[in-house]
Amino acid sequence: MSEREVLELLRENARYETADIARMTDLDEDEVADAIEALEAAGIVRGYQAVVDWDRLEDERVRAEVELNVTLDRETGYDDIAERLARFPQVKALRLISGDYDFDMEVEGDSIREVSRFISEKVAPVPEITQTVTHYVMASYKENGIELGDGEDDDRLSVSP
Amino acid sequence: MTRSLEPAERVQAVGPSGIRRFFEIAEERDDVISLGVGEPDFSAPWAARDAAIQSLERGKTSYTANRGMYDLREAISSYVADRFGLEYGPDEEVLVTAGASEAVDLAFRAFVDPGDTVAIAQPAYISYGPGVTFAGGEVLPVRTREEDDFRLTVEALEAAGAEAADLLVMCYPNNPTGAVMTRADLEPIAEFAREHDLAVLSDEIYAELTYDERDADASPGAATHASIATLPGMRERTIVCNGFSKAHAMTGLRLGYALGPAGATGAMNRVHQYGMLSAPTTAQYAALEALDSCANDVEAMVDQYGRRRRFVISRFREIGTPCFEAKGAFYVFPEVPDGWDGSANDFAERLLREYGVAVVPGDVFGVGGEGHLRVSYATGLEDLREALARIESFVDEHV
Ligand SMILES: Cc1ncc(COP(=O)(O)O)c(C=O)c1O
Repeated sequence: MSEREVLELLRENARYETADIARMTDLDEDEVADAIEALEAAGIVRGYQAVVDWDRLEDERVRAEVELNVTLDRETGYDDIAERLARFPQVKALRLISGDYDFDMEVEGDSIREVSRFISEKVAPVPEITQTVTHYVMASYKENGIELGDGEDDDRLSVSP
Repeated sequence: MTRSLEPAERVQAVGPSGIRRFFEIAEERDDVISLGVGEPDFSAPWAARDAAIQSLERGKTSYTANRGMYDLREAISSYVADRFGLEYGPDEEVLVTAGASEAVDLAFRAFVDPGDTVAIAQPAYISYGPGVTFAGGEVLPVRTREEDDFRLTVEALEAAGAEAADLLVMCYPNNPTGAVMTRADLEPIAEFAREHDLAVLSDEIYAELTYDERDADASPGAATHASIATLPGMRERTIVCNGFSKAHAMTGLRLGYALGPAGATGAMNRVHQYGMLSAPTTAQYAALEALDSCANDVEAMVDQYGRRRRFVISRFREIGTPCFEAKGAFYVFPEVPDGWDGSANDFAERLLREYGVAVVPGDVFGVGGEGHLRVSYATGLEDLREALARIESFVDEHV
């Protein structure tokens, strides 16, 4: 149960200090450290990353959502195709989904050209892939549960009853 | 001012709120972190906001029934029954008001005659006293003590002479202390009220905001909150006030309600129908949706407050300011640290001027608040961290 609480707090902000998590959960620091270690060891917590608002950076960062359709045969399953695609560093997320297409792939690169070439030269030629539809991200409003607006909109009185 | 527009004595008797001055100082700096706010830092649940918008799109911009929309009264009736074991019929026992504030004010105007005595368990929300004065009543402060975890006790009532009062005002979970009262704590108070024929105004606006494990003694379905109106013989002498400002983060929508026996809410409705006509219609639609579908939002907010509460209490203890274990609302009520040789007011004022952290000195909440600070944790954790770090520096520097 306390592991679950620690997990929720890490999801809220992976940079919370162990001491702060301890204060928030009434656990002691060692218990929090143990819980985090256990979550990592069990492969539940896989890593820690910053949530970035790329639109605010000067340098271009191009991201695309790619729909992939595949055909399977006796030798090749979804997992095999996924394994092959997930290896590319350009692929930031890859999910098997239900609906009109099979895989949902997030790709990142420095330019549209780079991303397009990656898809046409590395992804499309995979024999099981029958169709790719690429959607370039034009603006992002929310990432990982965090809204990317201007924030700072606390317009409450500074002191009130 | 011409003589004809000279304020009435009752208005003159009420000074400006002790909070006002802090507000003015806070306005002078632009890096203030405010732990002085008594309202959620969340917005109202989206579903509730959406329902308000839809009601406007459908042109629902007229008055409603004086008592509030029937559907809403029905929803309130079943909500309070489920959550707090309070049984009130939608026809004549529920009155929808413009905030709990209006409900409290109506109760004073409906039940207090000039010269009547109104006992107020203090430290208390700052509007009760002035409300009583505007209604022509006399305030009798009843001091609750930190030794009793700021719960109201019969000893406190007796010490204040509350047996002679006409009305007792209590608020648990409490603003400003964060104290809660269990059903067992309330039993002797109920007995006192029955014995001395006291009416009770119970402000339960923080009822959803309690942070302990479920208390087996509490009303059915509730966390630790128990309403005094559910105790034997209390329903007929109690008005319960509640609203959507706190748990549903709807302060600006101005919606609350009063629960009480038909005759009593009828009397309040008589004042309401001339003074207010009906509570804001748009807000009533939002409230209906809030009760219908936003229990999860409330739960998520309560989880957040719960964590912040633990964080703030443990930080105060680390800093060396004794801090009573608040169990409800979203305030803690630490003492000014040992070794600070001034009032809580000085502490709060210098903390604000020198370190840009706004807290409210306990004195403004009446007797029993001296030497304390009210600190609201209805503020994001990053700000709480920074504010507590500044308080720590302030204490290191001056104490
Ligand atoms: C104890 C208490 N009662 C009532 C209110 C006012 O609530 P409303 O916004 O519903 O008028 C507050 C607000 O701070 C409060 O703390």
